[in-house]
This record gives sequence, structure tokens and C-alpha cells, in this order.
Amino acid sequence: MSTSSTAPVQTLPREHYLNATYGIRSWLLTTDHKRIALLYLASVTFFFFVGGIFATMIRIHLLTPTGYLVTPENYNKLFTMHGVAMIFFFLIPSIPAVMGNFLVPMMIGAKDVAFPRINLLSWYIYLIGGCFVLYSFSTGGLDTGWTFYTPLSSVYSNSAVTPAVMGIFINGFSSILTGMNFVVTIHTMRAPGMTWFRLPLFIWAQYATSIIFILGTPVIAITLLLVGLERMFHLGFFNPALGGDPILFQHLFWFYSHPAVYIMVLPAMGVVSEIIPTFARKPIFGYSFIAGSSIAIAVIGFLVWAHHMFLTGQSTYSALAFSLLSYLVAIPSAIKVFNWASTLYKGSISYDTPMLYALGFIGLFLIGGLTGLFLACLGLDIHIHDTYFVVAHFHYIMVGGAVMGYVGGLHFWWPKITGKLYPEFLARVAAVILFIGFNLTFFPQFILGYLGMPRRYHNYPPEFQVLNVMSTAGASILALGYLLPMIYLTWSMRYGKVAGPNPWPATGLEWRTDSPPPADNFHVTPEVDWEPYDYNNRPDLGLAAPLAPSPAPAHGDD
Amino acid sequence: MQSQFPLYPDQASNFASSVDSLMVFLTLVSVFFSFAITAAIVYFFFKYHRKQANDVGVPIHGNMRLEAAWIVIPFILAMTMFGWGAVVYVEYRHPPQDTLDIYIVAKQWMWKAQQPTGFREINELHVPVGRDVKLILASEDVIHDFFVPAFRVKMDVVPGRYNTMWFRPTKVGRYHFFCAQYCGTNHALMGGWVTVMEPPDYAAWLSGSSGAEADPVALGEKLFVEKACSTCHLASGLGRAPSLNGLYGAKALLADGSAVTADDAYIRESILQPNAKIVAGYQPLMPAFQGQLTEEQILALTAYIKSLQSQPVPAKGAGVAPATEKK
Repeated sequence: MSTSSTAPVQTLPREHYLNATYGIRSWLLTTDHKRIALLYLASVTFFFFVGGIFATMIRIHLLTPTGYLVTPENYNKLFTMHGVAMIFFFLIPSIPAVMGNFLVPMMIGAKDVAFPRINLLSWYIYLIGGCFVLYSFSTGGLDTGWTFYTPLSSVYSNSAVTPAVMGIFINGFSSILTGMNFVVTIHTMRAPGMTWFRLPLFIWAQYATSIIFILGTPVIAITLLLVGLERMFHLGFFNPALGGDPILFQHLFWFYSHPAVYIMVLPAMGVVSEIIPTFARKPIFGYSFIAGSSIAIAVIGFLVWAHHMFLTGQSTYSALAFSLLSYLVAIPSAIKVFNWASTLYKGSISYDTPMLYALGFIGLFLIGGLTGLFLACLGLDIHIHDTYFVVAHFHYIMVGGAVMGYVGGLHFWWPKITGKLYPEFLARVAAVILFIGFNLTFFPQFILGYLGMPRRYHNYPPEFQVLNVMSTAGASILALGYLLPMIYLTWSMRYGKVAGPNPWPATGLEWRTDSPPPADNFHVTPEVDWEPYDYNNRPDLGLAAPLAPSPAPAHGDD
Repeated sequence: MQSQFPLYPDQASNFASSVDSLMVFLTLVSVFFSFAITAAIVYFFFKYHRKQANDVGVPIHGNMRLEAAWIVIPFILAMTMFGWGAVVYVEYRHPPQDTLDIYIVAKQWMWKAQQPTGFREINELHVPVGRDVKLILASEDVIHDFFVPAFRVKMDVVPGRYNTMWFRPTKVGRYHFFCAQYCGTNHALMGGWVTVMEPPDYAAWLSGSSGAEADPVALGEKLFVEKACSTCHLASGLGRAPSLNGLYGAKALLADGSAVTADDAYIRESILQPNAKIVAGYQPLMPAFQGQLTEEQILALTAYIKSLQSQPVPAKGAGVAPATEKK
């Protein structure tokens, strides 16, 4: 901690949001967005644990070609429940609902979100949906794959599909309400002087994510409801024996579930866009390009869904159109990566833990994004579709990208959330372990996929064993990388050093108030008269004068 | 030859080298950009490491030329990838003329292949080297996917419709095939072997093994009578439904004035949902057989109708376009 060593000794504020009121009721009936964020933190961590246990069992089972841990039925349930728990109940709410709830009002200088009670309601809806899904997991399990392809899910599966799809249907309303809350909050509750182009890039990312929540989630909710109705009442939406079309399900499913990938990764990009300028102590390179690319991803992301379906027998013209659009959505992602890398140029760069996570994110997202180009390539997709290549690709995006962003963001804002610092050395070690473990787990899977190992196999030809053993070895390192932060972050809540209001220091509004913040966030309503990530006109940060005069454009870039 | 740690499967079809070339191109582009960006990040990370605790960076807000460059260059590369990939895909989705047609029926959790002679094999597929082979895929239950890594080809097998895929084996040998679309409990066990043989070996294998099997044409003819198709579809063209002589592969003239090629998919649809396309000059009288026939029965009926291809077409009551339009 190069910065905290010179800072004066800090003390916790006397009263803050954590001790403003006491008792279980004050938490379960809270409308404080910061406490709701912590409720989400606890519940998504629970689902991360559930999904993580399933993942561990999957990797142990795959150590040998015939597998010795579980039966085929149970293996199919493990990967299905791993996917459902991780995607719908961890990844999608992780950054938006945990960090978004904590940070959106604080970053724009508001006291709370626009609809605090709806905000609490959305957490309860999430819990109810989660209970349905846990009921499904514990009463027969779920073996359809998280993609619920029909007619397997709607006619042939003997597992507890109906409660699971009901759970996801209900959970969808939580996403919709959160998205609506953020859009209204960002539009109407910005502090004086907080213009659109002064917004932190995390807010742009949350805004783009909220649009996807509102427009995409109803589609998955209705689609899964139709699956439930087809199971319960033998209606023929998707069952070809009753005149339905199983491919229609895939169109509807991916219309949401492809944009859902951007729900996971856009907020992580927002986190990275906050961390990099803070630890390079300079304005972000190409602010408006990063902000605009978030919106571009959200919009174009809605137009690429059928690239999951190139080999369903869809028309060649349709495949051509969706391949072309999929390549277009790669461009805004590339813009972000180039701008992040350029931000480091002539910075004053520290090795603090959040920075390690942000740089790790860029590396892993780079591989995940580039391999997306392989899958969007029509000719190549004929071979690698539905193989481990796909598994490796989307884990690089969702785990390498979204989870690295999430854990990095947790470290970055942990001093703000708890008022305490985590043990820096241990945290850096954990970040490196996570990065190495992740690559060892998932890189071999690209090769496995190209060699032809299909997804969702409990049993594989012996020639694939070496790479599977490497992957399982990596997973054990990866598990350590996740357990360490869980332990020391929990430890630091009680024993960590007091952080002070702005330990890094960072330029955002959330750092202009106590750590932890008071229940109303700010003692006085803040006014913004600086550009985002501006270190040279901020004497309040106590840093040296800039090395060179700033061109200081009006809107962050020229 | 494959090394101890291969990076790609055997190359055993006409698509293997084109897919692998795409893979090499995309990998080279990706490796170049990964290394360039990673090198820049690592270099900046150490070069601009913070020297004094209260240092700040040089305020640089952006550069329009750079932004333009990293929009335009990736765009050009992306379009190259798109175009090249599209060429391979379009070739794959359009089988050549005069293929060896093999029917594949998938069900939980096995594959049945039916050779043109009617010989059927389970979880095995024998094909001759150097011949264009077209697989016509049908499913009895859920969605499956026929995947031969050594050929670099796969295609979903969707219940309720036919999908087709094709390849030309280029190397004699035995290669894995897998089910690539998750289909329930024993998905991982639903695979087998493709055996690529020299054409004389294939011919010998086929003639040696077809004796015991039911002839699909005979089976189809039997069904044609059993299901009472024969009461209306009279060969003479004088029945309440068009004669099927010479139908297969010809253009059927429809009531709405359009014409459609009478291929496997059309015949399948006309059996299961006869009202979808009505032949010009006929009433929609035929009952729908949706849900009443197995995929294999439909294949047998199709084989029978195909066998009528060479029968004399009646002047009236055939429902097909004049012979000049036939292939």
C-alpha cells in the first residue's frame, strides 16, 4: 500500500450506514441501497458457492475417461445446475445488483435509487425465484442443460424442470425492476454538475446493462413459461409431435441469453474502466469511445442471437446475416481494450490488487473475445460448435471476464463498503493464483474442443484424458484463488486497517464521503465541477502537480 | 501423422483442410493482437511504475487518429474472417449433385444409418473414399447432432424435419463420430465409428451384408397398401390423388400456381401434413399422418416413392410438370 503508508492515521466515522440502525428487521426491511447491496452480496455469494461445488464435482468426475464419481444422470444434473446457479443467480445479479446497487446512487451523488422500496422488492423476488430453483435442485434435480432446449426439456426430461423454469421466470422480474430503477435513477437523480459526459464509465456500463435487463428479460421469462406450460398441459409450442417447432425455442431463448452475456461482461468492463485510471492516476483514454461502445454493445448485442444456431438447419442467408452482425459487435469490445491499454501510457502505475485484477481481466477478456471471432466464423463453427472450444470461450468471457471484474471491483470498493482495508500482500498473491489457475483450467479446453470433444460428456475417449487432467489440476488452483479472498475479506471486516474516505485516492464522488458512508451517503449534496478521472485539477486529493500541462477538453477527449 | 500431443484431429475429408486453414488464419491474427496488446500493457506497467507515492500520470485524454485506426483495422480483419468463413459454410450447406445418399435416424441414444441398398447399421457408418456422401438426418425424439471431428462436419438432427449434410472422405480409416447436441442421459455414449473404405471394398462390404435386411422399397410398398395410400394414389392417374409415378425429383405443380421439387423433405411433409402443399387440380382430402409413422416408416415410404421414379408417368393425373423440366 504505497499510498496509505504516508496517509495520516484514519478513524472510522462515528455513525454510518452499517450502524445507523440495528437488528434483523433493520436489514430485512431496509430501503437503503447500500444495505440491499449487501443482502445481494450475501445471496449471490451463496449461489456462487452452490455452483462452485457442482463445478468441483464435474472436474473431479472428468479426471478419467469413464468417470468414477457420479452416474450419467447425476453428471447431467451437475452441469445443468452449475449453469443455472452460476448464470441466473450469480453472474447476472453479481455486478449489477451488488456493486450497481451500492455504487449507482453514490457515483452520481444521490441519496438512494429512485424507487427504494421496489429495490428491496427486487431482492425478495430474487430470493423467491432462488427458492424455486433450490427446490428443483433438491427434489430430483435438473438435467436439461441450462439452455433448456426443447423438446428435451418440455417433453422428454424426467427431472424437476417445472419449478426451475418457474424460478427463473420469477427471478426475471427482479432483473427488470433493478434495470428500471437504475435507468430512472441515472436519468433523474444526478447531482448538480454531473452531466452525462461527466458520469463515471461504470454508470454508462450499468445504464447499457439496464437497457438489456428491461428489453431482454421479459422474453426469457415468457419463453420459459411456455416450456413450463408445455410440460404441464401438453401444449404444442415447441413439440414437433404436436405441430410445434423446437427451433423456435432456440430463437426465443438466445434472443435474451445472448444479450445476457453482455449483462455479465458490460458491468465488469465498467469496473475495469474505473480501476485503470485510478491506479494509473490519469484520465481514461478515449472516454466517449468507451462510453459509446457500451451502448453499441447493448444495441448490436440484440441482433446476433442466431449465431448459436448456425447448424440447426437455418437458412444460409440467415446464417450469413447473423455471422456478419456478430463480427460487428466485436468492434466496440476491441475499442475498449485498445483504450484501456493506452490509458497506461505515461501513467503513474501502482501494483495494487484492483489493478492486478483489471489487467488480468484485459488478458482473459482478450482471449475470450478473440475466440468469439472463431465461433462467429461460419466455416470454422461447423467444426467447433458444441465442443469444449465453446465451453472454454464462454468461461473466458464469463469467469475470466465477468468474475475477474467482480472480484477486482470488490477489492476496489471494499474499503468504501466496509471502511476497512484487506491485507494487500495476500490479496496480490490471490490475484496471481486466480489468474494462473483460471488459465490452466480453461486453456486446455480450447485444444480439447478443436480435437473434437463435445460438450456435456460424462464419458470421453481416452485420447482426451491428458488435457482433462490439466484442466482439473487448474481448477483446484482456481478454487484456492476464490477461497482466499472469501477468507481474508471476511477477516478484514473485523481486523482490517481503517481505510479512510479515499485510500487510493480515486476521483469519483463515492470517494468524497466517509468510509463506510453515512446512511444518506453524503453529509452535503455534492456539486461536480471536474471532469471524470481528472487528477490535475483536484488539489483535494493531496497529490503532486501533473507532469505536463493538460489539454483539458470539455468532454474528456478530443 | 499425429504427434503424441496432437493439436488437431485427423484430416479425412474435403472440409478438413479448409476448416484448418481458417483456424490457422484466425489463430495467427489472434496471437498477433494478444501479444501486441499484452506486450504493450506489460511494458507500460513496468516502465511507468509509480516512483513517488504522490505522483500522478500525464493527462492524455485521447487521440482521434488512434481511435480511427483501431476501429478500421479490426473491421477489415473481421470482414475478412467473415467472408472466408462464409465461403466454406456456403459450400458445406449446398451439397453437390449426384451424391451417395445415406439416411441417418437418431433416437435416444443410438444412431441408425441406412445405406442406399437398404442395409442398416447401428452406431456404425461405412462410406467409400473419394465419393460425395450426403447424409439425410432425422430424429425420433429430441435434437441430436451428427459430428465427425476428422471430417470437420456436424449438423443438428432436429425432430419434425430433415436436415442434410455432406462431405467427401479423403482418407481410408476409422474415425469417431459423436452426438454433439446434448440429448439426455446417455448423450456421451451416443457415438460410433465412421469407416472409410476403398470403393471396391465398400461395394464388397455392401453386397456381402445386405442380404438379411428388409428391402426398404418392399417395406414401403407394404406400408403403401397397409396405410391405404394405394386407394387414392393410383398409378394410372385416375384416382382421387395424383399418381406418384415419376414424382421423385420432379417439379410438383401446386394449387397456388407455384412448383416445388419433390425431394425427401417435400414427400415427408406431404405425408405428415398433406394440407401444407396441395397439388394443382386436387382437393385437400388426404388425412394427416403426423405422429402415426416412425421416421423409419417414412423413409421406407420415401424409398418406395423413389422407386416409382422410373415408372411411366400417366399423361393426366400425375401432378408433375412436363418431363422437359425434370433434371
